[in-house]
Amino acid sequence: MKKELKIIGKPTPKLDARIKVSGEAVYGNDITLPNMLHGAILRTKYPVAKIESIDVSKAAQLPGVVCIITADDVDTNNISYLNDHPVLKKGEVNCIRDEIAAVAAETREIAQKALTLIDVKYKVKEGIFDPFEALKEDAPIINKFAPANNDKNIAHPFHYEHGNLQEQKDRSACIVKKRYNLPRVTHCCMGTCAVTADYSKMENRLTLYSQTQMPFLYQRDMAYTLKMEPSRIRIIQPIIGGGFGSKLDMYPYEPICALLAMKAGQPVQIAYDREEEFLASPTRQTMVIDISSGADKNGKFTFREVKIIMDNGAYTSWGATTPFVMMQTFSSLYQLPACLFEAYAVYTNNPYAGSFRGYGNPQATFAVERSIDLLAEELGMDKAEIRLLNANFKGEITGQRLEFISCGHRDALEMVIDKSGFDGKHCSTGVSQATQQNMKNSRSDTLVACGMSLKYESSSDKSVASTIFQRNSERYKRGIGLASMVHVGGGAKIYPSDGCGTTVKLDNFGYLTIITGSSEIGQGSETVLGMIASEELGIDMKNIRVINTDTDVKPWDVGVHASRTSFVAGNSLLGAVKKLKNKLSSKAVQLLETDIEDLEYENGLIKSRKTGESIKTDKVVREIHFREPNELCEESYYYEPDSKFQDKGFKGNVSGTYAFAAQAIEVEVDTYTGNVRVLDVHVAQDVGKVLNPLGLEGQIEGGVVTGMGYALTEELIIEKGMVLNPSFHDYKLPTAGDVPDIHFYPIETNDPKGPYGAKGVGEAPLIPTAPAIANAVSDAIGIKIDDLPITPEKVLKALKERIV
Amino acid sequence: MKKLINLTINGLSYEVAVEPRQTLAELLRYDLGLTGTKIGCGIGDCGACTVLLDGVPVFSCLTLAMEADGCDVLTIEGVADNGKLHPIQQAFVDIGAIQCGFCTPGMVLNTLALLRKNPHPTEAEIRRALSGNLCRCTGYQKIVEAVQEAAITMTK
Ligand code: FES
Ligand code: FES
Repeated sequence: MKKELKIIGKPTPKLDARIKVSGEAVYGNDITLPNMLHGAILRTKYPVAKIESIDVSKAAQLPGVVCIITADDVDTNNISYLNDHPVLKKGEVNCIRDEIAAVAAETREIAQKALTLIDVKYKVKEGIFDPFEALKEDAPIINKFAPANNDKNIAHPFHYEHGNLQEQKDRSACIVKKRYNLPRVTHCCMGTCAVTADYSKMENRLTLYSQTQMPFLYQRDMAYTLKMEPSRIRIIQPIIGGGFGSKLDMYPYEPICALLAMKAGQPVQIAYDREEEFLASPTRQTMVIDISSGADKNGKFTFREVKIIMDNGAYTSWGATTPFVMMQTFSSLYQLPACLFEAYAVYTNNPYAGSFRGYGNPQATFAVERSIDLLAEELGMDKAEIRLLNANFKGEITGQRLEFISCGHRDALEMVIDKSGFDGKHCSTGVSQATQQNMKNSRSDTLVACGMSLKYESSSDKSVASTIFQRNSERYKRGIGLASMVHVGGGAKIYPSDGCGTTVKLDNFGYLTIITGSSEIGQGSETVLGMIASEELGIDMKNIRVINTDTDVKPWDVGVHASRTSFVAGNSLLGAVKKLKNKLSSKAVQLLETDIEDLEYENGLIKSRKTGESIKTDKVVREIHFREPNELCEESYYYEPDSKFQDKGFKGNVSGTYAFAAQAIEVEVDTYTGNVRVLDVHVAQDVGKVLNPLGLEGQIEGGVVTGMGYALTEELIIEKGMVLNPSFHDYKLPTAGDVPDIHFYPIETNDPKGPYGAKGVGEAPLIPTAPAIANAVSDAIGIKIDDLPITPEKVLKALKERIV
Repeated sequence: MKKLINLTINGLSYEVAVEPRQTLAELLRYDLGLTGTKIGCGIGDCGACTVLLDGVPVFSCLTLAMEADGCDVLTIEGVADNGKLHPIQQAFVDIGAIQCGFCTPGMVLNTLALLRKNPHPTEAEIRRALSGNLCRCTGYQKIVEAVQEAAITMTK
């Protein structure tokens, strides 16, 4: 794009911001339909048990109860891509989320009350809550629907390799071997799950008001589960109170709601409260990652050998396929001659894991970036230098055959190294305490020199600046850590099509409607689409509307995942707009008596640069629409990114392009309490091209803070299959008071395939945060951080062990 | 047994029959259809349900509807003036402090109470004032900036 951009790149408020800020926006649990009932689900009391009997008779007699269903009343197919998850459980339960019965009643209270009247007789059984136990020979089979040709209790095995591992091991000057433990965290969408089902017997049509982020796959899954024709199912997507990957799968409560509505003949809504949300929604995979990685004497990486055991829980969700993304990081983050990667999603009787923003990459990047610090320490190399030496580059085709057609990896690293003053700040762990102190003191000069003092001055909390020196005391130790990442940035080919359809309609009043297959889940993609159309057609944003919530209306799209929406839906829209523009231009050329190259679209006008004359765009539409031959100003386009399915060995260029990012994070550890405070975060991210700075910064800041929670405070604690902390009281999210300013530096690499050069953004910012924090804590107090979250208890314990 | 209470909500007077155990959040959302007030936890942990009760921010999920008898309640629906956003709302929109928007009503009302009490808060004071309002999307930075921006417009 040579011409100057008018809207793209300028801060633009979200299209839905006004309705959200005024309370007008309608979320899933705000919906009420005429005659609507409230549904509630009876879940098992014990994670593992035989169900001997279910007696619903008392509940059925409760006034206000309209219908009750158990597995015996319904005829459904299992859900999940492995077909291993019954909607309502029959005969046995295998995890604490298991749905045994469901009630529809006139009020929420009656529905809840009815649940307490359902009498279930259990025979409690021993469960298996550790994936390593589940792999033992004498372990029982946990999920009887598991794929038959896998080894016992393995839901999904993955194997990947490239290069000559032995040769690379032999030429390594240094090899580090580590085991990392990554915790179970959950999305904590502020809006809890809700679905409303409305069934018309007359039309045999089911309408679901659902929070899904994959409406077309959801429609197909729902149809399969309910044994219905997909075309009889319409999905309407109300505004979503947060997604972050949690709405990728369909969960049992959704078909259950449909079944209740069909049986009752009335609309039914099921809405979780927070406790049910914690108990019943999926989590990020816990993982045990064994990694050994090597470097030669110059610090060039030689190989990574990785084995991962992930706790799948009792059933399988898309989340089991996270190794697909992880292997990209192990094989291709930094140049790497050889890689062997194995991962196993293992059934246990724990609550099942799902997909979560980053999709395995936070775990993988943690392992890679922690190991790099260890390699640097072993080799006595600078931690920044070793990363720059191995950084990915433009034009690189990796061992996995990912093609980096644009690449800001090195630039991102250099940026955060420079801006954070990394070189003057970090210390290698072998250095004595006294030298450390010196280094830290001299670092304060760097701080001022590189302009960092500015931040403290502008910060209202002046005391922060004045206490910098005192805080480097015996008690408070500071450290800085570095980490980077690679992630798909142009979709991910995991489904027969990774495409998106768009229809644009320009009406005779000059009002543009964009009907896109893509979905808005709060990430701001519809605003970006509006901006693109506005840029191309010169139509004011307030005259543009995006329709994206109804499967009966919108064209197909695979869904929101893999940070793909701006890239794929953006390119799709550009295709449609181009066709529309051709139509307008050929008419405008006649009306303005000018050449097509001279046309300019601006402020609702089409102008001729040559003659200086202009005509209102809506007038041109009317000329097309109402004159012979009359035609509508409406065009459709389907965009399929230029990516490939990977072969059986998982090789191939799976995404249209790739995003890179680096973060440098400074922390302060209170060695008396073990508390870790994040002082400063520097983020550089290769976004291709900034489309909407407001939306982009919001994604970055939000991602980093989610990463901070992952690093420091969050863990869903499960003991013997029971969730012990299902509330915000005990599951600690970062609050406004916990987060420092986040400094963000976009890197524009102008991707040749992205819309205006842009690439995917959404998942990247949280991926390097936890390893950067862990590296910083390690830098501050010289202990190795192998587990998350880095709680005060763990820090204190490690400090104590070091002294002993 | 239900009891009749009288209260003003967003400038309109209401007489409603409420259950003794019914919360203000439930009254607003389910009985009166004022769904702008969000319930994120129902137990006082997240701040999404914040409304102003006689000008004071309260968690409406922890406030019994009966406690609002005779009170003046301001919910998010009453903050804008006939389609014109309040400067706080405008700042949230312009600065990009809204993503999924679920925390927004509570944030806006809490900010309103803060700025009435303290028209020139420092960043630390803003962060402290909002630390009972959870947001999973924004990382809080843009929210803090929006509050700062609103403070400037409102004292101009
Ligand atoms: S809903 Fe009231 S504090 Fe969370
Ligand atoms: S904007 Fe989503 S929770 Fe705050």
